[in-house]
Amino acid sequence: MNRIGYTVLYICLGLVALFQIFPIVWLFLFSLKDNREIFSGSPFALPSELKWENYAKVWEGGIGIYFFNSVWITGLAIILTVLLASMATFAITRMKWKLSGFVLGLFMVGLMIPIHSALIPLFSMFLNVNLIDHPLSIVITYTAYNLPITMMILLGFYYTLPREIEEAAIIDGSSIHRLFFQIILPMTTPIMSTTVIINMIYNWNEFVFVNTFISSDKYKTLTVGIQNFIGQYMTDWGAIGATLIISVLPILLAFIFFSNKVVEGISSSAVKG
Amino acid sequence: MNKVMSNKLMIALYVLPALLLIAILIFIPLILTGYYGLMDWNGIGTMEFIGLENYINGLQDPKFWESAYHSFLLAVFSTLSLVIYLAISLILASKIKGADLLRKIYLIPMLLSSVAIAQLWIKVYNPNNGILNSILMGLGVEHPPAWLAEPSIVLYAIFIPILWQYAGFYILIYYAALKNIPESLIEAAKIDGATPLQIAYKIKLPLIMGVIKVTIVLAIVGSLKYFDLIYVMTGGGPNGASEVMASYMYKLAFSTNDFGYGSAIGFLLLIITLIVTVIIRKLTASDDELQY
Repeated sequence: MNRIGYTVLYICLGLVALFQIFPIVWLFLFSLKDNREIFSGSPFALPSELKWENYAKVWEGGIGIYFFNSVWITGLAIILTVLLASMATFAITRMKWKLSGFVLGLFMVGLMIPIHSALIPLFSMFLNVNLIDHPLSIVITYTAYNLPITMMILLGFYYTLPREIEEAAIIDGSSIHRLFFQIILPMTTPIMSTTVIINMIYNWNEFVFVNTFISSDKYKTLTVGIQNFIGQYMTDWGAIGATLIISVLPILLAFIFFSNKVVEGISSSAVKG
Repeated sequence: MNKVMSNKLMIALYVLPALLLIAILIFIPLILTGYYGLMDWNGIGTMEFIGLENYINGLQDPKFWESAYHSFLLAVFSTLSLVIYLAISLILASKIKGADLLRKIYLIPMLLSSVAIAQLWIKVYNPNNGILNSILMGLGVEHPPAWLAEPSIVLYAIFIPILWQYAGFYILIYYAALKNIPESLIEAAKIDGATPLQIAYKIKLPLIMGVIKVTIVLAIVGSLKYFDLIYVMTGGGPNGASEVMASYMYKLAFSTNDFGYGSAIGFLLLIITLIVTVIIRKLTASDDELQY
């Protein structure tokens, strides 16, 4: 291709990149301005002075607790999901039993479910066992609904582990637990880290379950918390911008530091229908 | 060896925690949704069995069909947008310097929560101070529309952030598939005098047809389940103009406390999603999958 052709292509790709990134840049810019500047100045202008107090204001105004809830609920659900998914994947791919194919099929069916179709019974189940407005309901729901995709990502790796490892371990008199926790699990670290990333993105960004099961402010996570919060600051754009930036920052930071893992995780989640 | 690896107790110990979780929190609720759909129930009081009344009402409910139509429109838009994603991916995969960085930039919106995306785009569409109308007024448009308040355009306005959110995801998938095509095939076609467009049409696209079919299923089924962004951006409004199946079901159950009817709509959503998935899989399945 000639140089003009390539230049046109680069311009096209650059415009797409601009479209993808610009709304977020604009958000960041107005998170550092006050209303007067937002409403009267050019939307493209840099803030005349950086209003970091927008961030301090919303953090102290309640975002801090939502943030903390998001961190521990996301973290706990990740640990549970990846551990239980690894155990089940290990038993399905490495151990010998008749129903393994059928059980795997059940997990894979879980990939196609529209969550809204299960929402009302879930709500009434949690109501009956007093888990409505209790963070445990969120943690176990996240775990259950992320198990299928997590196992899907783990499967390929487990299938390729060489049999000799198990044979050698068993001959040496190792128990199943030692084989799994001390030999197999450490070997799967690269693929486990991919599932951790993808679970982190899903859990951090989840909305419907928290919105349905949690009503107390003290248990809300960021996605739901920022909803009411923004209602409060209806007209204060700087505060709203700061709130949104805080809520997306951890995932963006993870992306900056582990972009290849994130790309890998998102590509392998493509099977989720 | 075999004895250890087929120890029933151990197998149960490793599989059952995960299996019980998905049984109790995914499969049993799905069955219960169908069952609750047979009840007159407000969620707290006693249930009264009313047979298929909720399902019959659902199938005759113009609001349900309107929301189903909106979900269908989103599915059509999403499928059509795959063409744009594919075109961008074809350019990106044609020996572009910085392709890796570009596809990562494209992916950024995909990492944000739908709630944050919705709140951001509410601001983008703000009639007075939003970036879109600021640009339009700068270009001399005197009365740009209040995008999210106009029943006739709200669904299109909502689709732009959806397009924005998923672009990076589909480009990522297409790019990976295109990069998998052996360079020798492309080189051979070039030597035979094929133009870049011919190479794209006659070699690259057929070779990644399997991936394209998967993305069509993803786009359509994903659209039928779409909820978060619409719920936050417009709540289905104005006046139902952006209501989709999931948001309609959610409102019935958790705003009007009609749990029986909401369950019936939830079950219809499940059935429709499953039927559509099977139909598209059938339509896009082919036994002449190309080998290379």
